[in-house]
Amino acid sequence: MTQWLRSIALWLLAPVAVAAASADVQPAGAPDTMAERVKACIVCHTTADKAGRDAYYPRIAGKPEGYLFNQLRNFRDGRRHYRPMKLLLENLPDAYLREMARHFSALELAFPPPEPLAIPPEEADLARTLILRGDPARDIPACTACHGADLMGTAPFIPGLLGLPRVYLLAQFGNWRNGGLMRGQAHDCMSEIAGRLAPRETDALAAWLAARPGTTARPADAAAALPAELARRCGSIVLQSAGPQ
Amino acid sequence: MKAIVLAAALAALLGIGLLRPPPGSGPDDAAAPVADAAAQRRHGAYLARAGNCMGCHTAHGGEPYAGGHVLETSIGTFITPNITPDPDTGIGEWSAEDFWQALHHGQGRDGRPLYPAFPYPDYTRVTRPDADALFAYLQSLAPVAQRNPPGRIRFPFNFRPLLHVWRALYFEPGTYVPDASRDEEWNRGAYLVQGLGHCNACHTTRNPLGISQGDVLGGGRLMESNWYAPSLTSLQEGGMSDWAIEDIARLLTTGMAPRAAATGPMAAVVSQSLQHLRPEDARAMAVYLRSLPETAPYSRGPAPGLTGDVDRLLRQGEDIYEAHCRECHGAAGQGMLNAYPALAGNRGVTLASPTNAIRSVLFGGYGPVTERQPRPYGMPPFAQHLRDEEIARVLSYIRNAWGNRGSLVTAAQVDRSRKGIH
Ligand code: HEC
Ligand code: HEC
Ligand code: HEC
Ligand code: HEC
Ligand code: HEC
Repeated sequence: MTQWLRSIALWLLAPVAVAAASADVQPAGAPDTMAERVKACIVCHTTADKAGRDAYYPRIAGKPEGYLFNQLRNFRDGRRHYRPMKLLLENLPDAYLREMARHFSALELAFPPPEPLAIPPEEADLARTLILRGDPARDIPACTACHGADLMGTAPFIPGLLGLPRVYLLAQFGNWRNGGLMRGQAHDCMSEIAGRLAPRETDALAAWLAARPGTTARPADAAAALPAELARRCGSIVLQSAGPQ
Repeated sequence: MKAIVLAAALAALLGIGLLRPPPGSGPDDAAAPVADAAAQRRHGAYLARAGNCMGCHTAHGGEPYAGGHVLETSIGTFITPNITPDPDTGIGEWSAEDFWQALHHGQGRDGRPLYPAFPYPDYTRVTRPDADALFAYLQSLAPVAQRNPPGRIRFPFNFRPLLHVWRALYFEPGTYVPDASRDEEWNRGAYLVQGLGHCNACHTTRNPLGISQGDVLGGGRLMESNWYAPSLTSLQEGGMSDWAIEDIARLLTTGMAPRAAATGPMAAVVSQSLQHLRPEDARAMAVYLRSLPETAPYSRGPAPGLTGDVDRLLRQGEDIYEAHCRECHGAAGQGMLNAYPALAGNRGVTLASPTNAIRSVLFGGYGPVTERQPRPYGMPPFAQHLRDEEIARVLSYIRNAWGNRGSLVTAAQVDRSRKGIH
């Protein structure tokens, strides 16, 4: 009986309730997490295979926190140029950028499938030699000496090199070589090394690196991994990352 | 060519400016001795926040108050000066009187007129004791030796004496005169809004010379940007005469209110300046803003005629909304509490000029960072992921969904905004 009365009452009230709801739906709260707060980033920096028009976006998950933080500040402060990120980060303070860096650094995401290796074997050999041995005659250390034996980076400020699109890698080498435009206004170890590489070499390196499958290894720990001489060469970056926390 | 004619005309007028008597010494013009210097500096620090001096006088990632901030205007690029007390590169050698000449009369230490890109047409309302407190605070900062490059002001505007003309015609120095028919709270709010708050520096229409042409707080486009600062006297735009005082104060200090969100330059004003207001000052500003005379009665925007074509277009817009926007702004455009603004009933969405809404969707952005919300939520940029027609459709949809009403947005409008044309 009460059941029956209640359903009558509900039925009578229903139209009113619906009208009220469509006029003014009460908003609920959003999850209080970093994942929710960086939704504005993952439209570009996703895991999904985004070939085609999105092939340029670099992987940032799992890279060392210090490196990511440096780059975020560089974009915001106009030391590295990419307008969409500059506009997005415009009014954000260091403390928040560091939290974003920490979030992405801790993120373990599957790698996109490697790009096909579309260079002749002798070019691939050239790339492999530079990566594992460098070229002492030109004072180019092995890439692995800084970027880690498995190329997954060295904490806190040297990024991993795997899972990055070939066109992105090419653009970075181009910027360092030409200086100024997007990266490399600041003189540092990496811009010095990139400046010594010939276009044929950077083409080969970009193709080779983009064709390597990623690994789940975490960035190596700098204190253990990086020879003192190389750490000194990258001094300007170490100093920069020691800025206000 | 046009510039030359203009220069000639202005040069002819120059005489007027030069013939004006030098700024007189009215009753406000004398520095009064203060008893408690530390309290004066604290007061000055608070006023510097209310005036957002740091926002303009600090470069991105640079030392606070050391200048070097780049300010694009219609007459060229300004690079703000160093106002730390460094004797060579800052204002270390200045006296309180020099500072008063700058803030109240818009004159540099060497007597040259300053450009109104420094909002002294608003700051002139500030009283002498408040100006002295500001100065005492700035002088107590650690000096930073930083010489900033000169700005790049275009011909003929780079000829500083022309400013005498502008000043003679348009600038009237004068501290705020309280309105005796209003109570103290209202007068305090008016003093802050018209003076240090320099709301009118953005919220009015200006001609290319930067001269205010429209009604006070009547709304206008920000120079050299595709942002529109809405009228604060029209309920169609940003007027608040039918808002609760608490909601206005909340918008000012947090950037969020039930049906509004501060975005872009306004978000910066909230995080750099307004969030630091004492509750009683925020309330006073709200009381004043709420009392502003209404210039246009509220009416909903013109609805597009509902033809078959329009209906199809809005449906396509709805599909895009469901796929890309709904997860944050909600199925009924209700938003999410303290994170995502409601789009239903939000005037920022339905403004006659859709430029701000286009900008939001193209470039995204984070809400204001405040002490209460140090980690605001963000809106993704869609410029890379949606085509102009798609953005036009989704905007047309949100301008006409859930009781909203506004003109349709065209792909050509989105394209202009994408290219930075206003
Ligand atoms: C519109 C797409 C887009 C959005 C949105 C975006 N990014 Fe990026 N991001 C890029 C592109 C493209 C680059 C590479 C730019 C270049 O050429 O140097 C990049 C570079 C980076 C880098 C440097 C990567 C490296 O290995 O050097 C970091 C870190 C980064 N983004 C973080 C973020 C964060 C955090 C957000 C959100 C607040 C964000 N991005 C939002 C497109 C985007
Ligand atoms: C002396 C140490 C050192 C050596 C050796 C070195 N790098 Fe780097 N590399 C760095 C540092 C440090 C950075 C980060 C630069 C920055 O913060 O902008 C970097 C950044 C990069 C990046 C940018 C990655 C990204 O996500 O944007 C690429 C690509 C790169 N290095 C490739 C190479 C290659 C290829 C070699 C070998 C030829 C090499 N590096 C050798 C220190 C080194
Ligand atoms: C909207 C940006 C803006 C804001 C806000 C602003 N200023 Fe400035 N200020 C400028 C610009 C631009 C100049 C240079 C004007 C010129 O060159 O004629 C300037 C010049 C000055 C000067 C003259 C310095 C000199 O070396 O001649 C002083 C003093 C000054 N500002 C103090 C302040 C104080 C105090 C505040 C806060 C109450 C403030 N400013 C807020 C933009 C701003
Ligand atoms: C640097 C320029 C600038 C200054 C200074 C400024 N505003 Fe704004 N304001 C804007 C812009 C641009 C918008 C439009 C974007 C938005 O809706 O937030 C805006 C929007 C607003 C809105 C409407 C918000 C909404 O979405 O309904 C209010 C109210 C407002 N401002 C009040 C003020 C007050 C009060 C002051 C002075 C204390 C002030 N503004 C100073 C640029 C400015
Ligand atoms: C990840 C969550 C998210 C998504 C997805 C999203 N937005 Fe937003 N949107 C926000 C946030 C946060 C703001 C407030 C930004 C600010 O304060 O600067 C905002 C602001 C806006 C504004 C400005 C409102 C105002 O008051 O001025 C408009 C218009 C808007 N969004 C439309 C859209 C449309 C259309 C889409 C889909 C194409 C969309 N948004 C997708 C989070 C989101």
